[in-house]
Parts: sequence; structure tokens; C-alpha cells
Amino acid sequence: MTIVVVMEQVPDVVEELAIAPSGTDLDRDAVSYVVNEYDDHALEEALLLAEATGDEVVAVGIDTTGELDQALYTALAKGARRAIKLTGDFEGTWLSTRAAARLLVPVIQELEPRLVLTGVQAPDDLDGQLAPTLAALLGWPHASVVIGSQLVDGALQVRKELWGGMTMTLELELPAVLGVQAARQAPRYVPISRVRQVMREATIETRDVETSGDLAPAIMRLRFPEEAGQAEILTGSASEIADRIIELLRARGLL
Amino acid sequence: MAQQIAVLVEHLEGQPTDVTFELLGLARRIANTNGAPVEALLFGQGVRHLAETIPADRVVLVEDPRLRYLTPEATAVTLATLLRADPPRLALIPNTSLGMDVAAWVAAALDWPLIAYCEGLETRDGQLVATAQLFGGKILADVLIDDRPTVISALAGAFAADAMQPEPPGTIERRDPPSELAALHTRSVVLERPEAADVDITRAEKIVAVGRGIESKDNLELAEQLAQALGAVLAASRPLVDAGWLPRSRQVGKSGLKVKPKLYFALGISGAPEHLEGMKDAELIIAVNKDPKAPIFSVADYGVVADLFEVAEALLERLEG
Repeated sequence: MTIVVVMEQVPDVVEELAIAPSGTDLDRDAVSYVVNEYDDHALEEALLLAEATGDEVVAVGIDTTGELDQALYTALAKGARRAIKLTGDFEGTWLSTRAAARLLVPVIQELEPRLVLTGVQAPDDLDGQLAPTLAALLGWPHASVVIGSQLVDGALQVRKELWGGMTMTLELELPAVLGVQAARQAPRYVPISRVRQVMREATIETRDVETSGDLAPAIMRLRFPEEAGQAEILTGSASEIADRIIELLRARGLL
Repeated sequence: MAQQIAVLVEHLEGQPTDVTFELLGLARRIANTNGAPVEALLFGQGVRHLAETIPADRVVLVEDPRLRYLTPEATAVTLATLLRADPPRLALIPNTSLGMDVAAWVAAALDWPLIAYCEGLETRDGQLVATAQLFGGKILADVLIDDRPTVISALAGAFAADAMQPEPPGTIERRDPPSELAALHTRSVVLERPEAADVDITRAEKIVAVGRGIESKDNLELAEQLAQALGAVLAASRPLVDAGWLPRSRQVGKSGLKVKPKLYFALGISGAPEHLEGMKDAELIIAVNKDPKAPIFSVADYGVVADLFEVAEALLERLEG
């Protein structure tokens, strides 16, 4: 049986971000892309499930950057059996969650998985998270903020994190959709030599898909948060800074 | 009469969460500008007593054993049924663990627009404009809300609770549970509360918190030493807890614990919105991070743009020397 993992590339928010002259998108030329970190956890959780059940993991992604191959080859190197890339006239486009979900639904239906996993959220999902959106369009049960799962006798047990350390364990009928916050264990590491080997031996299946309607989220204007409330920046050598911090703590009776 | 502003009441077994009152406050402020009624949507089992404390013009109450916990499917199906029958101007849903399961599902099922991670909502030139926090809190997006009913998934802690004192609602209307609840694909639900932790970080006066910048588990020792020297307890942002370096009881943020210490000393924490939600009310925040644009500096009182190890070692030298 099949478990689908949906993977997306997103702007690396650790890097400095710039806004395009249009004011409604990032300056995509200045962006470096990484796999959405939660999608990496979704892949890990899928691989753990599949190792226990013998299911086949299929990694699926929409190539909005022209750089998705690396992520999919890495997924194959980690243990996914197949990788499918959707291409179309959306390269360089900020794809809304709804538009992405509509592109993904026919592919997911064709694969007939018993489970779809993806990251709980993404840095750019302005119109909401992908997992519940897919669940609504597919008509399948779902859970987000998942931190563990188990397939037992055709049913799925899911641990969902609430707040303050509380969790909720749900039993869902299959097929189902999960938004993964964190896999049961840290995503596995795969050496680059293994990825290179996979690049020589495996192929990524490409599907050219038709798009229609608005693809990008409707945005009036992007801006940086106001500088107000910015911290007073302490400068100097490490020891000067340390002196200053100790002074600050003493002044407040904290030392 | 303008279309109502609907608010999903988030609660756990009848205990409402803070964000519910924040969204009711927001709804009231919007309502004051356009004369719309505020409608609270309360689902649960045995929660009539809660309905009587909700400050709204109307509380719509749906009670059913399958709604005892606000589980994803049951809540989404019930909410979509009510919203479809009587579309509001806005449906306000918290962007929490429970709300995230519901907002995007309902918006997709009804084919309504959704604005997630909302941290601001105001009327400009007679039009509603929402502001959403994107890209790890580094970018804000202003979004015009058009004439369609719109779902807003709002960040906890972003809006003021207007009336802190619960006041009785105008009316309470009980509705039948939707027939779809009979065909749920969610079988059982078990709630687990955390076991007593070794340290209660919510009671700590001083916290040293570490994030991804700490780089490796071995480096935690330095942070632990610094915490001890400062008389503080060690806490962490989510990635370190996910990696298993520290227990969940030490996690600060949206899905972890909310803390309000006298000192929050953040080492190598960039300050994702989910983390800031859990610590921004600390009395004194000092943050050390390599990235001068790290969002943590927007809530910190003092910031240091430097290598955290150099700063931590220099501090330790003085405190222990």
C-alpha cells in the first residue's frame, strides 16, 4: 500500500529576505530555497510508518522553483520508492495553498494512498495549511500538529500536540491526511554520496499539469515589521558586552 | 443589519482558552465600526455554563458527545454546516493546534477565502484589511478582505481581549448537531496531560533559553553552566526539544509553555512567531543572535549581534571568576 508525502521548497527564512518591486512577492532572485523543514519531518514519519508495515512511500512535489529535483532525490535516497514532480506554468510563482492543493488532488487520487503526510505549515502558506486543505478537498479525515503515528489493523493512531505539553490521541479511519509537526525521531541523515548514486540510478517522474484561475495568494502589499520595539543593540567585544549585561542585571536586582 | 462577525469558541472540556477572549475582543471592535452583531459559536458537551459567560450578542450552542473535544473532523464539519447556513462577514478562528485543523478545512470546503497567521485587522477607507505574519515573522502581508465571507485564522496573543470580565451574552441559541456527525471517520479520542516535570519553567524567575544557534547537544553544557551561574533554569525553543536534547517540559512557545519570567536570556533563538508567543511578556529580554534581522530582536529589550559562545563564555568567566 502507498503512503504519499507532499514536499515543498520554501524560501530559507534564515537568510535575509527582500521584497520585489511589485510589493506583492519576495524578490525571488535573492531567495535561496530549502525543503520546508516540517515536510522533512513528514517524510521521516512516513518512512518510519512504512518500515513497520511494508508500505511504499511516494514523494510528490510541485516544482515552483526549478530546484525540486534535489529534494526528491534526497527523499529517494532516504527510502522513498518513487518521486513525482508536477511541472507547469507556475515556475517562480508564489502558489497559494488552495491552488497547490487543487493541483495535488488528482495525483493523490490516482496513487490511491492510504495516508498522505505533509508538513504542518510552511513559511508562505498565507491562505492556510496544506494538510487540512487537502483533507477538505479529498473528503478524508485529518489531523494537524502531529508528533507521532502508528498504523494498526487498518486504522491510524495519531498523536496531536495541543499546548502546555498536552496531547490528544485520535484514531482515524483510512485514507487520512496528516500535517506533521515533528516526526517521532529527528529526520535521518543521508550522505551526499548516496544521493549522487540515486541521481544516477533513479528517475523522477514528471507530470506536466494544467493550471487555471488565480495561483498566487491575493496580497495588497508586503512589508517588513516596523522597527518600533526594536532591541537596544549592545556593541563591543565579547567581554565588554558581558560587562554591560551584568551591569543591566545588577541594576534590576537580578544578580 | 450588517452580517455577523462569528468567533469559534476554543475550549478544552469547558475551559475556554485566552485566545477565545482575544478574538471576541477583536470581533467587538470590528462590530463597533459597522454595527454587526458578534456571534460566538460554541461546540461541546455539557458546556451550557460556558455559554452563559461568553461576551457576545449571540451564542450559538451545539452540544453532542462527539463534540466533547474539539477534534478536527467533528469541529470542522459542525462549523462548516453552521457557516454555510448563515454566512458571516468574518469567521474568526484561532491559529492554534485545534484551530489550524479547522480553519483551512472549512475555508476549502466552503470555497471561501482564508487569511492565516493574522496579527492585525482594521478598517481602512471603509475596507477591511488583514495583516498576516509570514516567513518566520520576517515579513508582513496586508490583504484586502473582499465582499465574500472570509475565514480569519488569528494568532494567539496578537489581539487584546476587550472585556476581560465575562459578561452574559444577549441570547443563547441551541442548534441541533449536524447529521454529518453520525458519519465521522474519527473513532476515538484520548487526552493526555503531561506528567509532573522536574522543573516548572512557568514558575522560574530567570530563564536561559537556547535555540538552534547552539548547534550541537554537547554545547548545551555551556548553556546549563550559564543558567546555573545566573540562578536561572534552562529552557529551549522547539527544534531542540524535537531533537530530543531537552524534555518537552522545557519547551517555550505556542505548543509548549508560556513563560513570564523577570529575565529571559535567549541564546541562538531566531524568534519564530510560535516561540515569541510563549515569551514576549517576560519583564526583561536579552537576546544573542548572529542574524541582526532575527525577529527575536523585535521583542527583546537588549540585543547582541554576535557569536553566542563568545558572549556566554565571557559572561561565565565573570560570574564564576
